Amino acid sequence: MAKTKDILLDPLSDNNPITIQILGICSALAVTVKMETSAVMCIALTAVLTLSNFIMSLLRKVTPGRIRMIVEMAVIASLVIVADQFLRAFLFDISRQLSVFVGLIITNCIVMGRAEAFAMQNPPLPSLLDGFGNAMGYSAVLLTVASIREILGSGTWFGYALMPSGYMGNGLALLAPGAFIIIGLIIWAQRTIIKKFEVD
Amino acid sequence: MRKDDIRVITFATIICVVCSLVLSATATILKERQDIAVELDRQMNVLKAFGVAVVDENGRKLTKEAVDRFFTENISEVFIDKATGDIVADPDPNVLKREAKERTHESRTLLPLYVWKEGGEAIKYAFPTSGMGLWSIIHGYVALDRDLSTIIGVTFYKHGETPGLGGEVSADWFQDQFSGKIIFDAGDLVRLEVVKGAAPEGSTHQVDGMSGATMTGNGINQFINRDIAFYEKYFSRIRGT
Repeated sequence: MAKTKDILLDPLSDNNPITIQILGICSALAVTVKMETSAVMCIALTAVLTLSNFIMSLLRKVTPGRIRMIVEMAVIASLVIVADQFLRAFLFDISRQLSVFVGLIITNCIVMGRAEAFAMQNPPLPSLLDGFGNAMGYSAVLLTVASIREILGSGTWFGYALMPSGYMGNGLALLAPGAFIIIGLIIWAQRTIIKKFEVD
Repeated sequence: MRKDDIRVITFATIICVVCSLVLSATATILKERQDIAVELDRQMNVLKAFGVAVVDENGRKLTKEAVDRFFTENISEVFIDKATGDIVADPDPNVLKREAKERTHESRTLLPLYVWKEGGEAIKYAFPTSGMGLWSIIHGYVALDRDLSTIIGVTFYKHGETPGLGGEVSADWFQDQFSGKIIFDAGDLVRLEVVKGAAPEGSTHQVDGMSGATMTGNGINQFINRDIAFYEKYFSRIRGT
């Protein structure tokens, strides 16, 4: 079994869900216009991923193999709906800006991917850490992208003005294609640093 | 049936029951708080239509107390009989309760109207408007100035249109275009219109459409003009005096 430290730290860099496994790209493009929405999205995903890994690991020995994935889906979907309900009650405006994307955590490949790849074969505690570690890896990339987009696009960070007044926001950074370019550059930079190359 | 099937079905049933219990419990516990948030948002939208700055330059919204103060000090709600255009002095609470659940004015008999008063004098009016967009019922408010011919503001706050396309109805750029448009000119109602593409320069009753959302715009054209016509029965009397 892998060491606790590796389970937690691996997804941050060497096995990052976004930059290395290229999972969860859609929300990374959609909600990263502002830091505020990205941060809330990260918190929601962290809660869902950590809990879903934990629960699936608890159920791993009793879950019949034939309906394994349906059970995963039911658990993940329930957690996502609970998270969405909480956002609607306590962070109404942000929940509206996130619109469908909180609901789409259900289809975020990272969540089901970790349940299948890790939680079904490992005990609850390591699974919980694996979920948390992957959520942190996802969050690290999301918040980096959001920082770049909000600072370049609006001249602010978490809504506070950073750029001198009169700064003209870069429209491209606010649009999805801008996010594509930024994520592409991050993936390139990270793979160069950790020297991970895919060979045909 | 294989022996194993019983186990699979039992397990699936337990998972479903547990998941539904968790979900209904969460929904029930959080309902009250969600309703408060929705109601505050609705009131914000009435204020926004009236031209009140609900967001300051730092992006902070009005507090609930500030919103309540506007509603007690400036805004009064009256009801208009849709058939006759008269103000109903003491509307039947049962009818109001039932009609509050209706989704458009078409199925109502009493129409709510917000009157903004300063020093006892009515200076602005706002009314809810709602109707079918492409996928969903769009809800919003229209506010008019004291002579009921010029729009102060239009807001759309609740809808299920596609984000980025028809969902732009809730964006500021779209709503801001309505301010200053004319709905009544030379004794007649003028049809307010969301056009496909860009509105002609200087038009007093047309606004730019949303790209990729012509059907949503058509829906708005249909219901906003229908609702203006409903209220016109009452408005024509105020104008007459």
